[in-house]
Amino acid sequence: MGRYVIRRLLQMIPVFIGSTFLIFFMVYALGDPVAALFGDRAPDPATAAQIRNDLHLNDPLWKQYLIYMKNIFTGDFGTAFNGESVTSLMGSAFPVTIRLTIVAILFEIVIGISLGVLTGMRRGKPDDTGVLLLTLIVISVPTFVTGYVLQYLFGVQWGWVSPSVSPEAPFNELILPGLVLALVSLAYVTRLTRTSIAENTRADYLRTAVAKGLPRHRIIIRHLLRNSLIPVVTFIGTDVGFLMGGAIVTERIFNIHGVGYQLYQGILRNNAPTVVGFVTILVLVFLIANLLVDLLYAVLDPRIRYA
Amino acid sequence: MATSVELSTEEGGTEGGPLLDVRNLHVEFRTREGVARAVNGVDYSVDAGETLAVLGESGSGKSVTAQAIMGILDSPPGFVTQGKIIFQGRDMLKLSGEERRKVRGARMAMIFQDALSSLNPVLNVGEQLGEMFTVHRGLSRKQARAKAVELMERVRIPAAKERVRSYPHQFSGGMRQRVMIAMAMALEPELIIADEPTTALDVTVQAQVMDLLADLQREYNMGLILITHDLGVVADVADKIAVMYAGRIVETSPVHDIYAKPAHPYTKGLLDSIPRLDQKGQELYAIKGLPPNLLHIPPGCAFNPRCPLAQDVCRTEVPPLYRVSRDRASACHFWKEVVGDDSAPADKA
Repeated sequence: MGRYVIRRLLQMIPVFIGSTFLIFFMVYALGDPVAALFGDRAPDPATAAQIRNDLHLNDPLWKQYLIYMKNIFTGDFGTAFNGESVTSLMGSAFPVTIRLTIVAILFEIVIGISLGVLTGMRRGKPDDTGVLLLTLIVISVPTFVTGYVLQYLFGVQWGWVSPSVSPEAPFNELILPGLVLALVSLAYVTRLTRTSIAENTRADYLRTAVAKGLPRHRIIIRHLLRNSLIPVVTFIGTDVGFLMGGAIVTERIFNIHGVGYQLYQGILRNNAPTVVGFVTILVLVFLIANLLVDLLYAVLDPRIRYA
Repeated sequence: MATSVELSTEEGGTEGGPLLDVRNLHVEFRTREGVARAVNGVDYSVDAGETLAVLGESGSGKSVTAQAIMGILDSPPGFVTQGKIIFQGRDMLKLSGEERRKVRGARMAMIFQDALSSLNPVLNVGEQLGEMFTVHRGLSRKQARAKAVELMERVRIPAAKERVRSYPHQFSGGMRQRVMIAMAMALEPELIIADEPTTALDVTVQAQVMDLLADLQREYNMGLILITHDLGVVADVADKIAVMYAGRIVETSPVHDIYAKPAHPYTKGLLDSIPRLDQKGQELYAIKGLPPNLLHIPPGCAFNPRCPLAQDVCRTEVPPLYRVSRDRASACHFWKEVVGDDSAPADKA
């Protein structure tokens, strides 16, 4: 197990370098950051040249990348064009997005798994068919549609929640955005749980559990759920990475100043340090989440052994 | 029904009755394609310390009967539509779900064919064995683990103390089946149903596992129902045999009589299909045709399309279980011819 973790950590290095270089390359190749800095006005040539020099923009790309990487490891992600350091932007954006992700994951776990267990054990009954149909609708409708519709209904029409989130973004304001963010994954969790439960219900070991004279609740929780939830737990684990980076649409709809919002602003303004910095962190989050999921898998299923 | 009357008079003599008495059991599966009659009036009984071998091809209803006795039939689609399952004087079919559950595992237990898939892959064997004690006896987890080790030693699993924390996939096939046996033995039930316990094992391991099972049965004086299609296994351990075909018992007999003189053409066909050293080089005998589709069991004797002795009466009248001798019965209109005929499988119509 120890050797496996080390190998996985080593494997993360080329993935990290490759993905960050790609982002770096695309962001810097696709526009003139100095021109973007000045917006609509034409920059003074002398000032522009000075800035280019300060930002190492005259160096070859690989050299710029190396300088950038060196700075990252000393905790310097550069400065956004409004003068705020990227690290301070991250300091305000990540806690908000993490809170949003926690709310979304809780929805996935509580509602997704409950619906999945329920429908899995009542295959073919009307409520099963109804839930299946509902998940299909949720999966097919894009988030910006469900987001705006729910925002309108709950926030504007009925006034149950505030339609937009304050800059502090406390948990109670993130309930509706969290649900919107979770919705598609929630539908997948429901379907995955349902299939897994249905499969394991027919398993031989479950018949053994019944033949042992165990009470029904014990059969379901200890034997059926313990086995059925293995793929679901791994799905939710990988989803953490997706939700952190994929909240752009949701954060836009509810005006949440999180990672997605900052990324969006950065892309819009061609603000290279912000985009590269945030994406670099997201790449790391994704890699670590995946490693943790794989390790968790081995804990949940003793048949998996990593050598 | 003629079958139940004849057998129950035979078994009814002892005061208190046998350990398990199955009477006129009917089970059907209601599927989309129609109703499959898997068990059609089975009668058998097992006494304490006795081994009944139930023999038959796949789909003959031998496993379904066992599942009905245990109360673990998949329902729906499976339903017991008629009959009685009298175990220790109580009709199991009249018990409430909770009363039935308390009998399962504690008073009657089952050993399944494929131990790898029948054991829970994500719980270690100590937990799976110990569960019997925590659930049925209210022991603490620690006491249950000690009991689990004891059980594993009793079924001769080496290094039980260390292996109690192992998972099913970490055992060899034979050792896994021993774990299954230990689980069935845990609460010292009066009846054990073993559904093809050795089919998934190597031949050498088969013998060890059967020996173990037979030893334990003697030690605890348990009734044992051994479901199998392996006639070789049966001869060594069984006291009596019930041969099933299309959900019916077609012949019952003490074990040795059946080998010498089968009283039903199907039993005879089964015996003739065993490869024999003295017939080396000759083509192996096989019963013609296939077992019937349970959705469309042929009228009359279900075996008639495959039977070398079939006459018109076989196609119209269901044969009752005829008394062949004091403790033998055969559901064949022509059992006298079958018993009398000692030659190789009859070719005449």
